Amino acid sequence: MLSFVAQRVLKGVIVLLAIVVLNFFLIRLAPGDPAVVMAGEAGASDQIFVKQLREKFGLDKPLPEQLFIYVKGVVSLDLGFSFRQQAPVAKLIGERLPATLLLTLTAFAISLMLGILFGTFAARFAGTFLDTGITIFALIFYAMPIFWVALMGILLFSVTFDWLPSFGYETVGANLTGLTHALDVAKHLIMPAMTLGLFFMATYTRMTRASMLEVKRLDFVKTARAKGLSDAVIQRRHVLRNALLPVVTLAGVHSGTLIGGAVITETVFAWPGIGRLMYDALLQRDYNLLLGVFVICSAMVLIFNLITDLVYRLVDPRIEFAS
Amino acid sequence: MTAPPAVSIKNLRIALPKGAERPFAVDGVSLDLRPGKIVCVVGESGSGKSMCAHALMGLLPDTVSVASGEIQFEGRDLLKLDDDGWRDLRGRRLAMIFQEPMTALNPLMRIGDQMAEMFEAHGLLTPKERRAKALALAREVGLPDPERIVRAYPHQLSGGQRQRAMIAMALALEPAVLVADEPTTALDVTTQAQILKLIRNLQRSRNMAVMFITHDFGVVADIADQVVVLRHGKVVEEGPATAVFNEPQHDYTKALLAAVPSMDPPPRKPLDDQARAVEVIGLDKTYVTSGGWFREDRRVDAARAVNFNILKGETLGLVGESGSGKSSVARLVMRLIEADRGTVRIGETDLTQLSGKALRAERHRIQMIFQDPFASLNPRRKIGHIIADGPIAAGTAPKAAFDRARDLLKMVGLDAGALERYPHEFSGGQRQRIGIARALALEPEIIVADEAVSALDVSVQAQVLRLLEDLKARLGLSMLFITHDLRVAAQICDRIAVMQRGAIVELKPTAQLFAAPEHAYTRELLAAVPGRKEQAPAA
Amino acid sequence: MKQFWKSMLKSPSGVIGLVILLLAISVAVFGPMLFPNSPWRMVQRPFLPPFTLGAVPLGTDALGRDVFAGMIFGARVSLLVGLVSTLVALVVGVPIGAMAGYFGGKVDDALMRFTEFFQTIPSFALAIVLVAILQPSIYSIVASIAVVSWPPVARLVRGEVLSLRTREYVQAAVVTGQSNTWIILREILPNALSPVIVLASLMVATSILLESSLSFLGLGDPNLISWGYMVGAGRTVIRQAWWITVFPGVAILISVLGLNLIGEGLNDALNPRLSREGR
Repeated sequence: MLSFVAQRVLKGVIVLLAIVVLNFFLIRLAPGDPAVVMAGEAGASDQIFVKQLREKFGLDKPLPEQLFIYVKGVVSLDLGFSFRQQAPVAKLIGERLPATLLLTLTAFAISLMLGILFGTFAARFAGTFLDTGITIFALIFYAMPIFWVALMGILLFSVTFDWLPSFGYETVGANLTGLTHALDVAKHLIMPAMTLGLFFMATYTRMTRASMLEVKRLDFVKTARAKGLSDAVIQRRHVLRNALLPVVTLAGVHSGTLIGGAVITETVFAWPGIGRLMYDALLQRDYNLLLGVFVICSAMVLIFNLITDLVYRLVDPRIEFAS
Repeated sequence: MTAPPAVSIKNLRIALPKGAERPFAVDGVSLDLRPGKIVCVVGESGSGKSMCAHALMGLLPDTVSVASGEIQFEGRDLLKLDDDGWRDLRGRRLAMIFQEPMTALNPLMRIGDQMAEMFEAHGLLTPKERRAKALALAREVGLPDPERIVRAYPHQLSGGQRQRAMIAMALALEPAVLVADEPTTALDVTTQAQILKLIRNLQRSRNMAVMFITHDFGVVADIADQVVVLRHGKVVEEGPATAVFNEPQHDYTKALLAAVPSMDPPPRKPLDDQARAVEVIGLDKTYVTSGGWFREDRRVDAARAVNFNILKGETLGLVGESGSGKSSVARLVMRLIEADRGTVRIGETDLTQLSGKALRAERHRIQMIFQDPFASLNPRRKIGHIIADGPIAAGTAPKAAFDRARDLLKMVGLDAGALERYPHEFSGGQRQRIGIARALALEPEIIVADEAVSALDVSVQAQVLRLLEDLKARLGLSMLFITHDLRVAAQICDRIAVMQRGAIVELKPTAQLFAAPEHAYTRELLAAVPGRKEQAPAA
Repeated sequence: MKQFWKSMLKSPSGVIGLVILLLAISVAVFGPMLFPNSPWRMVQRPFLPPFTLGAVPLGTDALGRDVFAGMIFGARVSLLVGLVSTLVALVVGVPIGAMAGYFGGKVDDALMRFTEFFQTIPSFALAIVLVAILQPSIYSIVASIAVVSWPPVARLVRGEVLSLRTREYVQAAVVTGQSNTWIILREILPNALSPVIVLASLMVATSILLESSLSFLGLGDPNLISWGYMVGAGRTVIRQAWWITVFPGVAILISVLGLNLIGEGLNDALNPRLSREGR
């Protein structure tokens, strides 16, 4: 187990390094002088910054050397400086990361729990109205763009009914503390988390349903029936457990999409996370910040993948063997 | 015979869904199971034998339904039971073991837990007692190191061990009736012999009634008290085992028995003066599964210093159990996989030295017939193309190649209309004939047949074997015949090589090998062949 | 082929999906001919609610532009980007997957590391970065969507080829002296096609969603109107004019739904094994 974790972490670090290298080349893909690109379109008054940048990144030196300087910087957690925001990129991201984690993890938990629940119901009652209903809803949620779901949510729950706040992380200027603060944040969290979670819930519902129907036909389910076990036990212990394996894999694969969805959700709801930061960087063409957020997003995906891999290993005893 | 039947199936009819090839999977079957007796239900694929077994357990698939009949057990008709009634009987009074022990066990649960579930399902014992019972059961069915095995997962056991675990589970609640659906078909012969013995012993000591489904008359001869022969869902013959074997009444039974290859090798004319067609020298092949950065690699020897040669017009048999490396050797000889070391010579050409175009140009000299008639033909190409593609690639004009394909189809007993059809329109035996025609299209000197008749029903198997023998003699071919079935090998091979763990342990003329096996493993293999004692009458 | 259409038309989701797709395609192809109103031109007063004027049935946006015209012209962009970027992704992914699966060993290792690398990068974030750096245009959008969507194709094709390669009929082709190219093209790929077709139909849907998300964030081609751009433009005025965001969103929803339904229908038709049977 330990050696596996070590192996995966090492692999992740290599991938991350490769992403940093990719970043390096992406900056040079943008039209114009990389130093100017990094400084953002700040105008001619930033000549001093541009010069500083050129020196810092050795932009007049040969390409491999430039690459080395850049990678060294990132490895020592120096993601560069955002001239637009007048702050180091790493600091900006650090401030915003907790909000994003809160949002994505909540959305993930909601979608996984509800998805498995609905998927199980649909499979259990396959062919009935309940199944058809769940399947249709899943199909529709699966087809809705996240930004639109967010806007429709605002239209419905903020504009029409005025039940939930439509933007932000907390009530501005309320200066709440303790439990009331937590409740305030939770109230602000409901809509973004549901918006982000809806698409994934639909995905997990469909996957769980299909996977359960597939497992149901396997021989060991017949064995379980031949034992005289009750239907409930067969469903829970034999069918569901086996059916969840592909769902775990899917959750890992989808972690990247989850982060992407967070960018949009945070943008619409003005949620102060790194997704919103990315959007701001985008609007201001603040490439340094944009690429910094990109690296951090990739790191989050890698960590998430590592966790799902570990979970998979814990659930499926066969993996240890096959490696 | 006088004991009252434990189970009495009367006039059972099971309806197939509309559009199936016949209306009833099982059509008016009646049979009795008696305590302490084994009833073998025999038949070829599609005879409805497995349906009978599933009906008795109430585990028929949703697509079929019982049309009429009754199954009497302990004073009631099982077919009238509701779900709860079935649940109560299953496992407790009626138990079942299946063909594929790997898929019949839940891959995510420990063996011991799956055994304990048997008691749990019927609300018996405390969890601790259940665990103790599971351990005792594992010991009773002869699982090695029971303490370890009950904590193991299915994938960590061998095929035979898994089937033992299944049997332990089935026996847990001392059921009155055991239904065994082809329980040894997926196992090697030596393992099969052990499992059959185990079933026989347990059934006697517990006075169980057993319904044993099989397609293999050898197995029937070994364990049946009573035999029921099924064909197209109908009983064609039934009676005590000795009677059915010695004086079969129905023509179908006679034909089936005649189709079982005999263990007596027929005399074959010596070929010593012939030139060598194939020479194999020192073939080595080791499969290495990379264990990743922190784990050791796993190595499996598929071939260890394999030497043999085949004379012109000779058939060399390569026999062994699964994992012995016999199929790997076939693929090494064909250069479908690359050897680590060693030489394969065809006539004067060293095949192992060639590559690319030069290799492709020589390939026509040695051709292959494959095991699975359903996987060996491209489902999206017409038969004509399947046969003619090879010659066309070698430079034959398409028209000539298709003409030749037509002749070849005739030669293997199919009509020319087959050229324009797709593989799914043919039966298993017909597809195997097409595979033979494809191999012959390139006018090879040597044919490698990899388990070429193993997937076929016994009657079809006999026909295909006869065709192979006949073609080989007419065209003067040499043959490397790979099989796990010693009966088939006895009938078709001039010499036989026995393989174990990648090495040839014994290579002798067939008659000698059967009469005086030297190596311990050869003897073990021969002893394990089912139906040796009550020899089926030779064809 | 006949068999295929029969089973496709038997599955309700397939039929509904086909109808929706045909509708969307005809709107995209013929719509602009029938409604030549430029979607960029101011035709009425701003914030005209829908269903009040026959000439602008779905109302106008903040600049007085015709929402209905925008939706019709947007259909072109959405469908075109969806189809073309999927095609590009297939052109990249299929050969990579086929080579990795067929040749195995070092080739497979190298190609799959490469594929995995691209699959680990969060796709939407990469698409944003790519479009932002290459400057938004229809080409950069198609390219970036293709870049983030080819890895699943490669993995799927590799898996299929890997299992087909050991099939006996492929080995038969090897021993009858066929070349590698012939074997891949004639024996393997035709049999690997069904799951790729299913995946492709779902990818068109995903691409449409990706394109609309990019446009929504302001990364659309500035010269072309698209559904995502319209929703993005209407976002700030959602309290005054709900229709500007609602209608284009419905258009996206319906097209994506139609494509997903087609994918489902194709799956039922091409892999009949899974579709039926209850318990």
